[in-house]
Amino acid sequence: MKAEGIQAASWLLIALPLAGAAILLLGGRRTDKWGHLLGAAMPLGSFAVGLAAFFQMLGYSGNARIRHLHIYDYFVVGNFKVDMGLLIDPLSISFVLLITGVGSLIHIYSIGYMAHDPDRRRFFAYLNLFVAAMLLLVLADNYLGLYIGWEGVGLASYLLIGFWQYKPTAAVAAKKAFVVNRVGDFGLSVAILLMFATFGTVQFAGVYGGIGHASQGTVTAIGLLLLLGACGKSAQLPLQSWLLDAMEGPTPVSALIHAATMVTAGVYLIVRSNPIFNLSPDARLAVTVVGAATLLAGAIIGCAKDDIKKALAGSTMSQIGYMMLAAGLGKVGYVFAIAHLIAHGFFKAGMFLGAGSVMHAMKEDVNMRKYGALRTVMYITFGTFFLGYLAIIGFPGLSGFFTKDGIIETAFNKGGTSGAVLGTCAVLGAGITAFYMSRLMFMTFFGEKRWDDDVHPHESPLVMTIPLMLLAIGSVFAGGFLVLGGFADFLAPVVGAQEHKFHWVSVPGTVTLLLMFAGVALAWMQYGARPVPREAPRGSFLTVFARRDLYGDALNESLLMRPGQWATRLAVYFDTKGVDGLVNGLAAGVGGSSGRLRRVQTGFVRSYALSMFLGAALVVGALFLVRI
Amino acid sequence: MFPWLSVLIALPAVGAFGVTLLPKGADELAKRFALAVSTLVAVLTVVMAFQFKTGGARFQFTESYWWIKAFGVHWAVGADGVALVLILLSVILVPLVVLASWNDAERSGGASENPPKRSVKIYFALILALEAMMIGVFASTDVFMFYVFFEAMLIPVYFIIGSYGGPQRSYAAVKFLLYSLAGGLLMLVAVIWLYPLSARPVAAGGLGHPSFLFSELTHLQIEPTTAKWLFMGFFIAFAIKAPLVPFHTWLPDAAGQAPAGAAVLIVGVLDKVGTYGMLRFCLELFPGAARWATPLVLTLSVIGIVYGAILAIGQVDLKRLIAYTSISHFGFITLGIFAMTSQAQAGATLYMVNHGFSTGALFIVAGFMISRRGSARIDAYGGVQKVAPLLAGTFLIAGLSGLSLPGLSSFVSEFLVLVGTFSRYRVPAVIATVGMILAAIYILWMYQRTMNGPTAPAVSAMKDLSRREVVAVVPIIAIIVALGFFPKPILDVINPSVKQTLSRVHQVDPKPTVADQLIKTGARP
Repeated sequence: MKAEGIQAASWLLIALPLAGAAILLLGGRRTDKWGHLLGAAMPLGSFAVGLAAFFQMLGYSGNARIRHLHIYDYFVVGNFKVDMGLLIDPLSISFVLLITGVGSLIHIYSIGYMAHDPDRRRFFAYLNLFVAAMLLLVLADNYLGLYIGWEGVGLASYLLIGFWQYKPTAAVAAKKAFVVNRVGDFGLSVAILLMFATFGTVQFAGVYGGIGHASQGTVTAIGLLLLLGACGKSAQLPLQSWLLDAMEGPTPVSALIHAATMVTAGVYLIVRSNPIFNLSPDARLAVTVVGAATLLAGAIIGCAKDDIKKALAGSTMSQIGYMMLAAGLGKVGYVFAIAHLIAHGFFKAGMFLGAGSVMHAMKEDVNMRKYGALRTVMYITFGTFFLGYLAIIGFPGLSGFFTKDGIIETAFNKGGTSGAVLGTCAVLGAGITAFYMSRLMFMTFFGEKRWDDDVHPHESPLVMTIPLMLLAIGSVFAGGFLVLGGFADFLAPVVGAQEHKFHWVSVPGTVTLLLMFAGVALAWMQYGARPVPREAPRGSFLTVFARRDLYGDALNESLLMRPGQWATRLAVYFDTKGVDGLVNGLAAGVGGSSGRLRRVQTGFVRSYALSMFLGAALVVGALFLVRI
Repeated sequence: MFPWLSVLIALPAVGAFGVTLLPKGADELAKRFALAVSTLVAVLTVVMAFQFKTGGARFQFTESYWWIKAFGVHWAVGADGVALVLILLSVILVPLVVLASWNDAERSGGASENPPKRSVKIYFALILALEAMMIGVFASTDVFMFYVFFEAMLIPVYFIIGSYGGPQRSYAAVKFLLYSLAGGLLMLVAVIWLYPLSARPVAAGGLGHPSFLFSELTHLQIEPTTAKWLFMGFFIAFAIKAPLVPFHTWLPDAAGQAPAGAAVLIVGVLDKVGTYGMLRFCLELFPGAARWATPLVLTLSVIGIVYGAILAIGQVDLKRLIAYTSISHFGFITLGIFAMTSQAQAGATLYMVNHGFSTGALFIVAGFMISRRGSARIDAYGGVQKVAPLLAGTFLIAGLSGLSLPGLSSFVSEFLVLVGTFSRYRVPAVIATVGMILAAIYILWMYQRTMNGPTAPAVSAMKDLSRREVVAVVPIIAIIVALGFFPKPILDVINPSVKQTLSRVHQVDPKPTVADQLIKTGARP
């Protein structure tokens, strides 16, 4: 159905932040004074439009909640027609509210966080660009539009990771993020090519309408290619290596892009493409395997990091692993994937911003071994962080409890060996999560002071702490609100209706709870009850393994980078000595030695050229004479 | 009817002559004059383009006069959608190149021991002469006339590289010339061969009179073996010009040694003559032979895409790097042309335009950097963004278009080529998509090494873009963004011509596979 009323103005959602980015970038230094205010106002405006569209949607029922808004014809070539349009449905509106809501809070926080940065205006321009691209990603009604948004957020991520580009590490991390993502984009691109070849269209409606007629092999191929794309954007194995390096960006970026929104785009892609995955058990299985492997890998990495942001980044990988696992389980899984995604958006953004607040207090030091006892000086940061912490470890009654336990239960309900294996991974992951988050908590806020002498921590200004408080409220309530409040029914028009009842007490839930307490206790024994050394101990084989990101980079380097460098060198040598040499040799045979060719004087070259032309003219004439 | 195209060819030619007549030392006047003439040409072309009717005859603005009646040669011009967009590309780039290379003629030559005397006004005269020939080559609808322009273009380019280029200019200029002449001679043989073929009586498959008119030659009946030889004659000339691997090694030298402004025209426009020639002449005059050669050309294209990209990654010189990226991009263009689907060919044509603009912008900004720093080596830079953010920003946007970022113009064309190729040839399309990953590496690594990191001492005093330089590069950036979001108007111009080409080679787009199944099972799609 066509969008009406305020929903017909949904293009404003994207246009506002896009205009913000354009004004701030083109306006240059003239906009320095008020640029951050404009930058923060734009996502707020989008949030208002999103809310209005959301309430209008609640007024409809069932499939009437799916609305289309045609924007313009992108192009028509042969039988290939791409309509740029927006799809306003329960799934996309959920993302719109998350992106603009959490996004606005992070913009506001950044006013304070970036107050002393000379390039604050440029920072807000990039953030606005990100919000616009992310909204296009989730609102587009076709895969090409989605792809434009997909690459747009990649660009924003590149610009923001490398925001302090004068630091070589930041510049390298930005490039790495983009290149690794491109590997994923390769999958998404080929998926789109295959869709066009199969269905003659890339509009969602056309693809999903024809999917039932496509062969099983094609459906699975599309599913696996989409999964490759999702792995890149969402930092899932084997394309996970960029996310930890992406922490080089300013902390609000880590919160917005590399925790709450962009990195979850892969989950969106899979849930959005549910008609494809529903028809391919093999593709779904691949999604669950990737999710389960990453949730464990991320959690293990999180255990060994002393850098507070990298510990949180490992955690993000792991939590997105949970979402992927859920998405691969299909049906009820889609609902829990999105519910966990939204809940995670709140608590992880809150904790990242909390980490930023701590870093501000600690003179930008990120080493948790030099923190300690910060609860005594930063009450608000500590309090909000603590709520986020309880939410992520799945403390009963808070967000994570509802959404994560839902995923674990759904995994076991899958049945069979695969269900048992996946469920066990998820339960183990919950225990490890409790351990590494408690470790982070104890090292940062508890224990004795291990601060450097010139560090005098203080609470951050209100412009930073108010967003923290609002996000903390979301961390506490979002999960329960969604899971108990009928989110499954809300999403039903997109992912299909399902019977689901939340069990407050269940066997997997109880085991999870026990493991959670075990994880907290273990962390307490190691980092709470005992003093934390300021220098990291050498650690066991396993610790080193985790510190090195499970040797992901080493693997990439030895398997891809080194051979790539050799291939490049070989190709350059081959081209100059081989191909070019051969041709020069031929030329030498015609026009004298190749050495003479190089040393040839300008005047000589001229006469040489002219004689060539004369020769050519003679040949022309001769040929004509012969023919006529 | 107003003879639009003849006027557009004559105007810069007369302008070039006019510049040479200016008094010695009147360099500033020569520059302004060249800028005025080329701007006028651009404006006139845009006015003409607005009168192009997308639903109308294929060739519009046609004129035809006898030129050499004894040989059946006409001065025949006309523009279809493909020619029109390429003419637009040429005439928009020339004034911007003039503006961008305002001070390059005096400064060029690099670290040569014995810098020859260079005339500023001759440089601009050569640029204008080249413009006339570029318009002529795209506007020709007579094969002989096309050949004349095709060969004549070598002269100004040869002198620009040879006189105004870098330290290795002589080597580069001669290499360029030898390659081009070799190709040109093969094409000449083929062109001449057309003469007896067309002169044959109609009953024998000829026209009954000698003719080189494109519209008449398409009615020739040529026996397959002859057609293959003729095809090869044209194709090798175009493959050298484009250039297609393995005929590519002249390009990095030519583009690397030419002044940046001329490099824009060599890589951005001249090379398109090669791909344009394949699409127009190789396919339409010898459709059977073109289908026969398709596997070979697709293979070479895919090799070019990957090989060119890998070589680009390994370059240490800015201009050579950009030249190698172009070899990779030309692979996409030839892939699209020979995949012979409407998406692939429309994409390839649009690619010619988009590549001209984005590579043009890259060369122009690289030229700004080189003229400031006095070196084209990548490791001579570092941290430029800190001191010259505007310069870095324009370089980044041009680069991102080079790596086909969605939302910028090159993406649409690359995607169309891939989609169109994939629907008929899956494996080449998938390998070509790998080029996308490599493009991210060569562009962003180049950007990182030149613009990011701590500011190198040698560039710490580098000035940001001047007003003249901003004016030279901003229109291209604007076009790149506009075509990225609104490709429909230009594709609407290209589509009808492509449709004609496809019907000439007897190719129809493959049907979506699901549609086939629906038909088989009797279900309605």
